[in-house]
Amino acid sequence: MDFKPLRKDTMLLNMGPSHPAMHGIIRILLELDGERVVKADVEIGYLHRAFEKTAENKTYLQVIPYTDRLNYVSPIINNVGYCMTVEKLLGIEVPERAQYIRVIMSEISRITDHLTCLGPIAMEMGAMTVFLYMMRAREFLYDVLEHVTGARLTVSYVRIGGVKADLPSNFENLLKKGIEDTKKCLRETHGLLSKNKIFIDRTRNIGVISKEEAISYGFTGPVLRSTGFYYDVRKAFPYLIYDLLDFEVPLGERGDNYDRYMVRMQEIEQSIRIIEQAMKKMPKGEIMVEKKKLEPYSVVDMSFSGKRIHPEKVQLSPNLEGSEMERSKFIYSSKFTPPPKEEVYTSIEGLIKHFMFYIPTEGIKPPKGEVYFSVEGANGELGYYLVSDGSSKPYKLHVRAPCFHLMAGFPKMIEGYMVADIIPTFASINMIGGELER
Amino acid sequence: MKFITTTFDSLLGWARKYSLFQYPFVTACCGMEYMSAMCAHYDIDRFGAGLTRFTPRQADVLLVVGTINHKIAPVLRTVYEQMTEPKWVIAFGTCTTTGGLYDNYATVQGIDHIIPVDVYIAGCPPRPETVLEGLMKLQEKIQKSRQAWRGRKS
Amino acid sequence: MERKEELNKEIQERFQEFYIDFISPFGDDTLIIKKEGIFPVLSFLKNYGFELLLDITAVDYLGKKPRFEVVYHLLSFKDRKRIRVKAGVDEDDPKVTTVTSLWKNADWLEREVWDMYGIIFEGHPNLKRILMYEEFKGHPLRKDYPFRKRQPRIELLYPED
Repeated sequence: MDFKPLRKDTMLLNMGPSHPAMHGIIRILLELDGERVVKADVEIGYLHRAFEKTAENKTYLQVIPYTDRLNYVSPIINNVGYCMTVEKLLGIEVPERAQYIRVIMSEISRITDHLTCLGPIAMEMGAMTVFLYMMRAREFLYDVLEHVTGARLTVSYVRIGGVKADLPSNFENLLKKGIEDTKKCLRETHGLLSKNKIFIDRTRNIGVISKEEAISYGFTGPVLRSTGFYYDVRKAFPYLIYDLLDFEVPLGERGDNYDRYMVRMQEIEQSIRIIEQAMKKMPKGEIMVEKKKLEPYSVVDMSFSGKRIHPEKVQLSPNLEGSEMERSKFIYSSKFTPPPKEEVYTSIEGLIKHFMFYIPTEGIKPPKGEVYFSVEGANGELGYYLVSDGSSKPYKLHVRAPCFHLMAGFPKMIEGYMVADIIPTFASINMIGGELER
Repeated sequence: MKFITTTFDSLLGWARKYSLFQYPFVTACCGMEYMSAMCAHYDIDRFGAGLTRFTPRQADVLLVVGTINHKIAPVLRTVYEQMTEPKWVIAFGTCTTTGGLYDNYATVQGIDHIIPVDVYIAGCPPRPETVLEGLMKLQEKIQKSRQAWRGRKS
Repeated sequence: MERKEELNKEIQERFQEFYIDFISPFGDDTLIIKKEGIFPVLSFLKNYGFELLLDITAVDYLGKKPRFEVVYHLLSFKDRKRIRVKAGVDEDDPKVTTVTSLWKNADWLEREVWDMYGIIFEGHPNLKRILMYEEFKGHPLRKDYPFRKRQPRIELLYPED
């Protein structure tokens, strides 16, 4: 019999923009030889929302809601980065209690980001239970965020010069419940996955990248730390009060998927440690009121349960939030934030100051110049480059997105592996579409 | 005769509304609230709509979640045309209803410029309870409409 | 700081024809050079200790000469310092040498600058658009591109306003 020779050329496969991995839209073009990947190419740009051009047309205060849609799983870290860049240009220092509040809220956001990354890693390999546990822990943290800021996801909590409002008085109990639940979830996940033979077989020695290549591609954050290289912005260029707190930075060894999973699990534990230390050391800002009356959140709770509320028991603060005149010296520096509402409603100078703050041609006017500042985002070094020409709108605002560099190095990480290894590798990089394409 | 067809219509509507297979076209921040609505706190599975089919050929409901810009608009139109009848579309979040915060050179100002939409859910991002109410409105719409089966258009 | 003075002197000696200034506004070290000297100065800085390329971007100063300015940010792990390198680029001749042979992420970063500003990088292996689509005409982040001008890719069911 006469056998024809087998075809030896490669096949081109398109993992199109809308695909089952739950990480946003991206297009991967694969050249396959059987089941092995020979070459890969990545195409991005399907979520480009023109952040930089928008920032050139809005005032400094109006840009803050756009910044928290950049990396939408850890919104407070983006807000803090932007506000600290403008503060570096203006040359002001934030009061101490506000710095502690910023650090605690940033670490809560970092925990939600790591939980949202680890859940889909397990789910895309078939372990649905771990995903449900992590989402449950995340819901309790969203409750904490909601009581403090008013929104679950897009918070806009940080202002130039401080934060928007002080913490409510039952913050400690809520935070304790959120942290206990996160610790329980971590224990259960360690028990289910860390020594599981199937998980180890699918993630060990897959998606390996070496230290030198990682530096050449510009990686930072948990992915660089999983190769064994020590670089963390909180330790190298300390900002806010991170130099007063005591925490460790976990490092990996081989740079594969399993190391990235373990680095993220241990970073959650370190963030919990930071939160507990900061809660103890935070300076007191609470003014003792003679008669304790009901606060806004308890009025809402009582209306849900149907209890009657006596009118004389309700004393709401004039702006319903927590930034009354007595507390305002702890939470913001008042030259660059709008004045407290008691002044606005009762005196003419307060009204004029409030008005001049919000109209588009007045407001904050930093000096001419350019500045670069970076914070430690959940994926790496998140930097802002701001050019100002002395007017009330930025001349140019550029974001150094950590995911951009990670995706530039992604084709190298999947070369030589099989098609089924692409999904866990892609999930362990934690690509967030809003940050990649701004 | 009409009595039989209207009863059969409502029976078919009842069956279709409690077993929706969804295709989540997730792009941006609203995806986080979609994940919250799917999971244990605000369960969407008790409405029968918990099964996500990741192929348009097997799906009934196209859930467009997150901002759509002009680069991905042809892909959305292709996915919609690949779905088989009967099909419904839910526009989730303000970026899909009217373009949202983003009025610039890259964003589509509402997906009804591209595909026909049945239910609009507003919010930036909408709370999971709002999502469940939007789903219930879609279920009402399915129950009351004239059903389509083989040989008869809706 | 002696390290900074040493670096300043060495660059002035070696690259005299490209050097313009070395200043530190707001605490950031900035080195301003001519655009022909980008490749030699950056490879010298890479061997000096600045191993990581953080960012490449450009600024459009409409109405000034030169119109564009290309900005590079570098990071050194050992000394824990950052440096910024700037070079002015004219509008009539927007060509700059590429640095893809030194760092691998310069590939995507330079594609983004080409997409948004229209600056050509000579020697780049694959210079095409990365964030916008191929049929888009114009470079969006230039100051003379209107903010709301949309260019739809498929036919819309009813016209946008």
